[in-house]
Amino acid sequence: MTGAPVTTAASPPAQPPAPPTPAAPPVVEQPRPRPSETGVWIAIAAISMTFAALTSAMVVRGSAAADWRHFRLPPILYLNTAVLLASSAVLEAGRRRVAGHLVWVTLGLGLVFVAGQIVAWRQLAAQGLFLATSPSSAFFYVFTALHGLHLLGGLGGLGYVLRRFDAAGPAPVPALGAAALYWHFMDVLWLCVLVLLVLRV
Amino acid sequence: MTHATVAGAHGHAPPQGFLRKHVFSLDHKVIGKQYLDLALVAVCTGMVLSWLMRFHLAWPETPIPGLAKLSPNGAAGGVITPEYYLSLMTMHGTIMVFFVLTTAPFAGFGNYFLPIQVGAEDMAFPRINMMSFWVTLVAFLVLISAFVVGDGPPLSGWTAYAPLSAVGKDAGPGQGVGQTLWAVSITLFCVAQLLGALNFVTTTLDLRTKGMSLARMPYSTWAWFITSVIGLIAFAVLMPACILLILDRVAGTSFFIPAGLVISDRLQPHAGGSPLLWQHLFWFFGHPEVYIAILPGFGIISHILPVFARKPLLGPRVLIACLIAIAFLSYTVWGHHMFLSGMNPFSATLFSVPTLVITIPATIVTLLWIGTIYGARLRFTTPALFCLGFVSVFVSGGISGFFLAQPSIDTYLHGTYFVVGHFHFVMGVAAMFGIFAATYFWAPKMFGRMMNETLGKWHFWLTFIGVYCVFMPMHYLGLAGNVRRYSAFTDDYLKPLIPLHRFITIAALCTGAAQLIFLFNLIRSRFRGPQAPDNPWEATSLEWSTTSPPPFDNFGGRPPVVERGPNEYGIASGARGMDYAMQAAAAPVSAR
Repeated sequence: MTGAPVTTAASPPAQPPAPPTPAAPPVVEQPRPRPSETGVWIAIAAISMTFAALTSAMVVRGSAAADWRHFRLPPILYLNTAVLLASSAVLEAGRRRVAGHLVWVTLGLGLVFVAGQIVAWRQLAAQGLFLATSPSSAFFYVFTALHGLHLLGGLGGLGYVLRRFDAAGPAPVPALGAAALYWHFMDVLWLCVLVLLVLRV
Repeated sequence: MTHATVAGAHGHAPPQGFLRKHVFSLDHKVIGKQYLDLALVAVCTGMVLSWLMRFHLAWPETPIPGLAKLSPNGAAGGVITPEYYLSLMTMHGTIMVFFVLTTAPFAGFGNYFLPIQVGAEDMAFPRINMMSFWVTLVAFLVLISAFVVGDGPPLSGWTAYAPLSAVGKDAGPGQGVGQTLWAVSITLFCVAQLLGALNFVTTTLDLRTKGMSLARMPYSTWAWFITSVIGLIAFAVLMPACILLILDRVAGTSFFIPAGLVISDRLQPHAGGSPLLWQHLFWFFGHPEVYIAILPGFGIISHILPVFARKPLLGPRVLIACLIAIAFLSYTVWGHHMFLSGMNPFSATLFSVPTLVITIPATIVTLLWIGTIYGARLRFTTPALFCLGFVSVFVSGGISGFFLAQPSIDTYLHGTYFVVGHFHFVMGVAAMFGIFAATYFWAPKMFGRMMNETLGKWHFWLTFIGVYCVFMPMHYLGLAGNVRRYSAFTDDYLKPLIPLHRFITIAALCTGAAQLIFLFNLIRSRFRGPQAPDNPWEATSLEWSTTSPPPFDNFGGRPPVVERGPNEYGIASGARGMDYAMQAAAAPVSAR
């Protein structure tokens, strides 16, 4: 796709030499770029920017006034983290073996994580910490909710992959790769959010 | 012309029913046209709002017939109240910046022509592409609904500065429901544009046809590509900012509302927020947004000028380097909108320097265009005229930018009509001229019909003279100390300026009326114009290798093979005595 030299007005059009591929084995993996994976990388860039903006807003808001209330994070968050990391490991195994049942397990673990986050919210609310209580709790809810929404998008992606598994035809290798990439990013993003919340909240 | 029976590598088969074909279409060409139609509706709305404002500025006591029906509170008896004036201004700015200047040159023309210009059958993700348009449409409807719901449209400007935008209906009519609708609309718009930019970048990176290296991409494709990268970062920041704003308004948080704030004699139940935080987040998006609006215009002009100059564009690699430099620098200058915000004066200097630096690549690009037409035997078609007009208004508006980039001068001018004249020229009118050039240039391809040249030239000259009559005097008004955002000029020192305001208003009404020529021409030629040949302008890029309009999969099942760059004009060696060489030598779809 790239690499051909640019012809100028003076030079004759390049004669593309016949690619020397007679000895190549039957195609194992398509060499052409995979749009779904590129798309996920671009989405990763944009989502990172969103969370970077929120982080800077958190820093600025934290120093704007002396009403930042520190509180202990609900311990269930660490359990949720373990569940999420495990789901990622399972999905990676599923991606390598192109195994649909492992994707199902990931889907289940993802739902467990979301349920765990909701439990964490309820525990905070039971302590009297609501969205508007303090800027610290506000940012906690905003960060976790936004991460949760993106994670639900990832669950949708996994559901799409599973539908393709069920359908006739070859296994959806590129889609599975893209979904796995996104899911791993959700891990990394959650770890960043968690570290940030531990440090600031 | 075969609207071929191709499914092939194409992600989806040609649709059959009317709904799938024209409404819920996955075809990037239909989606592009839908974006353009939306922008047309939006620009008409925005223009009518500006007429109302201009009329009120010139004749503040005279009632406007029918306006009382639209807004019984804002314009009782047809006379606009100061608050309603601000509402009109807010809606004009929001509609124009988001739903016209972003939607038409970037989402509209980009959707239609980016895939064709790189030789692809469609966007990388057609479903996401369709979703992007429909979310944009919902965002527009949500915004427009503010006219009829609650107390009317918001009045805190298209920049929605906090705390005015964050405290709710104490801040004035429209600040209740209207402002919330605004924030929801812009959040949706951000999501839509992020989805769109995702498609643009992936399509450009992954779906180029054989032989289409990055260096061979047309300049319009380059500009859309760079614009979508800017958009990915900019809208990704505005979206969370709008979410925080919504939470401040409906959930009682205090991100942007400071403690002890009293509005309309009521102490606001918020504490500790930072209004400056909103400005930083907004302008971190807002300044790149200026380039989201204008860079597609840069690309369109660079694409069209060589066609009518019959000369290669001067310095194509320099052009692309400049576009990339502008994209980078656009993220370092946002503070120049905030010289008066109370931020540290030293940071004003810090933002002033890159603001001046960014003029260097912009100037180089302008010189490349002028160098391209230097000594050329220009074909003065309507699109060529609009290209030249673009260069003119961009330079006129750009030069006043040099003044405003200085914090010390900006302190005096920032709140005046000087700024209004500046940004309307450099961002509004210049981008509009880019849209007009693109419309006249690509209408034959999109509709298979030529537009009328005589009407086009009338449209150009009336618009060109008109916009100078409207916006040039505003610079003078600003230097004379005429403040902006006021709904009437009753102070003694402003009274002598009222005749000039009346001149501007008359010019604005006439220029607006001249756009009816364009509308008539557009609609008439869409159905009645003469049949367009495949390559009416003798241009080189891939969209001209296919039929007018292109078949469902753009190239009739045979993807083009690109053999050279887009810049082969004025050569002696062209086939069949032509002075140009197509990017794909053999047209894959047979000419009719």
